[in-house]
Amino acid sequence: MPDTPLTSLTAHALLDLLHGGDVTPTEAVTASLRRIRALNPMLNAVIAIEEERALARAKALAATPDRSSPLFGLPILMKANICVAGVPTTCASRILQGFRPPYSATVVERLEQAGAIIVGMANMDEFAFGSSCETSCEGPTRNPWDLERIPGGSSGGSAAAVAADMAALAFGSDTGGSIRQPAAMCSVVGLKPTYGRLSRYGLIAFASSLDQIGPITKDVEDTALVMEVVAGLDPRDSTSASVPTPAYRAALHRPVKGLKVGVPKEYFVGGLDPSVDQAMRQALTVFRQLGVTVQEVSLPHTEYAIPTYYIIATAEASSNLARFDGVRYGWRASGTTVPEMVEGTRGEGFGAEAKRRIILGTYVLSHGYYDAYYAKALKVRTLIQRDFHTAFESCQAIVTPTAPTPPFRLGEKLDDPLAMYLSDIFTISVNLAGVPALALPCGFAPGQLPIGMQLIAPPFGEEILFQLGAAFQQETEWHRRKPTAMDR
Amino acid sequence: MALAADQVRYVAALARLALTDEEVARFAAQLGDILAYVGQLQRLDTEQVPPTSHAIPMTNVFRDDEITASLPVEAALANAPQRKGSFFKVPRVLEDA
Repeated sequence: MPDTPLTSLTAHALLDLLHGGDVTPTEAVTASLRRIRALNPMLNAVIAIEEERALARAKALAATPDRSSPLFGLPILMKANICVAGVPTTCASRILQGFRPPYSATVVERLEQAGAIIVGMANMDEFAFGSSCETSCEGPTRNPWDLERIPGGSSGGSAAAVAADMAALAFGSDTGGSIRQPAAMCSVVGLKPTYGRLSRYGLIAFASSLDQIGPITKDVEDTALVMEVVAGLDPRDSTSASVPTPAYRAALHRPVKGLKVGVPKEYFVGGLDPSVDQAMRQALTVFRQLGVTVQEVSLPHTEYAIPTYYIIATAEASSNLARFDGVRYGWRASGTTVPEMVEGTRGEGFGAEAKRRIILGTYVLSHGYYDAYYAKALKVRTLIQRDFHTAFESCQAIVTPTAPTPPFRLGEKLDDPLAMYLSDIFTISVNLAGVPALALPCGFAPGQLPIGMQLIAPPFGEEILFQLGAAFQQETEWHRRKPTAMDR
Repeated sequence: MALAADQVRYVAALARLALTDEEVARFAAQLGDILAYVGQLQRLDTEQVPPTSHAIPMTNVFRDDEITASLPVEAALANAPQRKGSFFKVPRVLEDA
C-alpha cells in the first residue's frame, strides 16, 4: 500500500495500482465509501450512498482473473439525474423521491462495463436548475474550500465530491455551464463535450438541444482517459454523433508550440472580479511561454447569450417536465380528478426555481408570445454559433475565465434569479453553439477561493482541449492543491 | 414591470401547475424582470437569419426496424404511485353514463 491515501490519487494513478494488483477494487471502494461517510455530514455532496451495490461489484470484479479493463475497480459518483438501474435517481427533487430507474443510462453501462464502480449519487440543483447547488430538495452542498460558500451548480455535488477526494472522478451534466462552473468553483477539471459526443440516453432531460453529460476529474489526463470509455455513437440517442472516438490520451503529450488561441475581447469587461482577471492574465502568460500565440478574437453577440439561453432552455424544460404528472413514477398528490391530481402533484413536487422556469418556458411558448421570444431566440442562437465559427477561422481554441467571480456565499443569490443567471455568462454560449469546452484550475483568490479557466474548441475538437490543458497542467500546480476547509 | 397575477395564473394553468397566492405574487414580479431582460433580443435585426433548433445539424437518423426486448411490465410498473393489476391507476376520468 502506498503512503498517500488512495482517495487522494488521480484516477490514472489509482488505476495503475488497481491494474497492477497492488490495490484491490474492494480496497479502493472501501476507502472511497469511508471518505464519503466522514465528510458528507459537512459537505452534503452525496445524496445516495450505494455501499452494498458497490461492494458486491468490487467483489465480483476481484473474482475475475483479468484486471485489464480500462476503469478496473475505479470508485466513481454519478450526478442524481443520470439513471442507474435500481439506484435512487431523484434529480434532487421532491417529485422524484423514491424513483429507482428500471434501466441505466448508456454512459453508466459503458462505465460499468469498463470496470468502474458507482459508489453513490451526487447532489445537484433540482433538475439541474441553478448555478449554486442550493435548489436541491436535499439541502445545499457546501464548497470544500470554504464551507460557507456554494460549490457551484448545478453539478455541485459531483465537483465538491471530486475536490474532497470522495471518489476518483464523477459525472455531471452541462446545459449552460453545470459541469464547468462548479469545476471552477471547486478547483477540479470539468468537460462539456461537443453536443452529440456522448449519448444522452438515460439522462433525465432538462433542455434536450443543450444538455450533455461529461466528466469531472482531478486532472486533464483523467478526463481524456474516461472520455475514451464513454464517448461515441449510441443508437438509443438519435442526437448522438456518428464520429469515431479518438485515442484521446495521445493528445496529452502533443507539443502546443505554434498553436493559436483566441481571447474574446467581449469577455474581459465589467463584472469580472479582479482576482479572476489577474489569474487569467497569468494563465495566458503560461501559454505564451509554451510557444502558444495568444491573440484577440471577437464574439460580438456575447451579450445576447444569457437572454437567448433562458428563453430556449426554459421552453425546452417546460416541455420536458410535462412528464412529471404523478401517473407513472414519483410523487403523487391526492385528488379526485386527473387535473386536480396532476396540478397538485406538480405544485407540491417542484421547488421554487423549477416552478419559475416552467412558468417562464410555458409563457415564451404560449400563443401570442412564441414569435417574440422563442422564435427570436432560435435566430439569435444562429448568430451566436456563427460568432464561434468565425473566431475559429483564426485560432484553434478560445480561452476565457470559467466564471466571472470566485465562489459566492450560500444564500447570496438564491432569490435573485437574474444575478444567479449572470454567473453563467462565460459558459452559456458554448452550449448554444454546441462546441466542447474544458474548465480547469488556474489560480486562487484571497481566502483560498478557486478560480477556473475555460478552453473552448470547434465541434469534436476535444483533443485540442486535452493537448492545451495537459500542457498547462505540466507547467502549473493549481490542480494539485487540496482543500482544507473540512479539516478546520 | 411585473407581470399581471392573472397572466401568471393563466400560464400556470397551461402548465398544469398549482401555485399559492404567495408564489403568484413573487413570480409575477420576478418574471417581469426576467422578461424585460430577455426582451433585449428585440434590438437585434434577425430578419435574414435562419433559426437554429439543434446545435449540430442532423437530419433523418434511421435505424433498422428490428424487434428488440422491451421493458418488462413489472419493471415499468415498479415506480407506479398506484397500480391495479398490470395498469397505472389514476382518478376516474369518465363519468358514469
